[in-house]
Amino acid sequence: MSETLSAPYVLEYTYTRSTGPVIGRFLENLRYEVLEGVKTADGRVLCPPLEYDEEGEPTTGEFVPLRPSGTVKSWSWVPEPRKGHPFDRPFAWALIQIDGTDNAMVHAVDAGKAKRMKTGMRVRLRWADEKNGTIRDIACFEPISPFMPGPVHLDYQVNPGKHYTAYLRGLEQGKLIGGKDPQSGKVYVPPRGADPVTGNPTSEYVEVPDAGVLTTFTIIRIPFEGQKLKPPYCFGAIVLDGADTPIYHLISGVPHDEIRMGMRVKAKWKPQDEWETSLENILYFEPTGEPDAPFDSYKEHL
Amino acid sequence: MRDVAIVSFSQLPSVKEIEAADEPELVQPVTSDAMKQVGLTQDDIGFTCSGSTDYLPGRPFSFVAAVDGLKAWPPIRESHVEMDGAFALYEAWVRLMHGDIDTALVFSFGKGSLGSVPDILNLQNDPYYVQPLGLDSISAAALQAQAMIDARKATERDFAEVAARNRKNAIDNPNAHIKGDFSVEEMLEEPYISSPLRKSFCSPVSDSAAAVVLAAGDVAKKLVERPAWIRGIDHRTEPHALGQRDLTTSPSTKLAAEKAGVGKGKVDVAELHAPFAHQEIILREAMGLGEGVRVNPSGGALAANSLMTAGLIRFGEAASRVLSGDADRALAHTTNGVCLQHNLVAVLEGE
Repeated sequence: MSETLSAPYVLEYTYTRSTGPVIGRFLENLRYEVLEGVKTADGRVLCPPLEYDEEGEPTTGEFVPLRPSGTVKSWSWVPEPRKGHPFDRPFAWALIQIDGTDNAMVHAVDAGKAKRMKTGMRVRLRWADEKNGTIRDIACFEPISPFMPGPVHLDYQVNPGKHYTAYLRGLEQGKLIGGKDPQSGKVYVPPRGADPVTGNPTSEYVEVPDAGVLTTFTIIRIPFEGQKLKPPYCFGAIVLDGADTPIYHLISGVPHDEIRMGMRVKAKWKPQDEWETSLENILYFEPTGEPDAPFDSYKEHL
Repeated sequence: MRDVAIVSFSQLPSVKEIEAADEPELVQPVTSDAMKQVGLTQDDIGFTCSGSTDYLPGRPFSFVAAVDGLKAWPPIRESHVEMDGAFALYEAWVRLMHGDIDTALVFSFGKGSLGSVPDILNLQNDPYYVQPLGLDSISAAALQAQAMIDARKATERDFAEVAARNRKNAIDNPNAHIKGDFSVEEMLEEPYISSPLRKSFCSPVSDSAAAVVLAAGDVAKKLVERPAWIRGIDHRTEPHALGQRDLTTSPSTKLAAEKAGVGKGKVDVAELHAPFAHQEIILREAMGLGEGVRVNPSGGALAANSLMTAGLIRFGEAASRVLSGDADRALAHTTNGVCLQHNLVAVLEGE
């Protein structure tokens, strides 16, 4: 047991402060969401305004309206705010030069994360909802993003053409349809308008099985805009038996470190009552368990 | 101008908490020891001056209570500054210039352990524009450190190296609070308190007390073999508003150092009061202290920082090197205010 007595203790002073004509005008204007600076004798503008400049010269009493935005001159990220800080979530302290002024204001920047903070960044002022004529009538500053929304929206009615229609109709019935030019003998899945070897239309349709060889693959580990699946996942090129071109699909049902080139895979279909004119009728391809195809058997398709 | 010297110095070891000690209990040991070292008692002292802040104990007029640690009857000539004890030393030096007294006792005390020092120091800020935001002292210093990085004057590694060197120097200082062989790499792994400042780039919050005795002319020579003569002393201050200053430089330190005559000779030892690692870099540049100067052999404020006392301890440490013959010419520095706003520089010489 400690021999010295100890007890909690709070020190408070309920002082009020007189503000005077310069600081008082500035703080009062904040209530009306008006931001002003004061001119110095040598023509500079100070915000927050001061009665005297650093040369000891009285400022002129001439106020100039300012745009509520500025530039960060220095900053400090606070990952764990202290009691008494303006935010209880991570934020930045900053010295902010308000546009059109020659000094800087200490305030907080609500940037969300430290990575958004940079000396020289542009910030805009955010007003507090409730105002009481103090510097905290400015809630904080927030980053001005150098981007603007630029969406494009146009309506079309598309059709996939004759060959793709045949392919998609096939999928609707659980079949994989390829196109063949009798002259070259090559089977293209999906069918194409022309055989690139001969230039003839792929005039003959052939059904190929829903199993084949995984010729190559990649594991996607990074997120990106519009991503439908949660990384990591595997995407592969599959040359179906009897086809000469690969289709691309998800590879699943196998640990990623066991996926390999030459692996025999088979389509895993959705329940038949969910089939549409879409390759999404196949959920993914999974290993068949058969022996791997020798490299020479598919190397021309890589 | 009279020759005035520091003739003795006493300090309590800086620690996280001196548990059982009110103001007189902090002051009495160091003042009595400083006087005893040179065979004086309070009755021999012409002027007594102290530096402290009531906001540390949260007790108005705590500096008056401190006088209870002295023999103040019959009444003594006494004064106080709400600043570091080094500024009390400056006042005592000015008082000795009057010529009617020959000795002065200067003391200071600081118990950071009673409250939250970074929050208390928000009260140093502008009460209209900054104080209501709650800008603590670490965050204010962080704005300065980031400005150093942006100006390419230093890197975080430089900050870590300053901190590591000071705390290594402190290994030999029995009065230091944080000392040892710290790894720069490990410091750079610490989380930020307020970026770019990590815990190790900041001084500790310590409890301590310190006292020095000043004596003039022949009296000083009688008291000690080798007085630490104050050959120059000056302090300068800058604008209060952080947004009015270039935080990466210290024009007040530069000017005070010029006025104190720092450049007139070789500096053997410099005791700099830099509560944050980056500030030592600013101070060295401002005073033109090159590689040949032993900076902070005591470990400086990064090894022990009792608020209001760490500056007087810089004077005491510098004077001790001169008194012992270890240094011929020593520099003592103390800072006050936010981000090195106000700086005091003195040159101490053995001859």
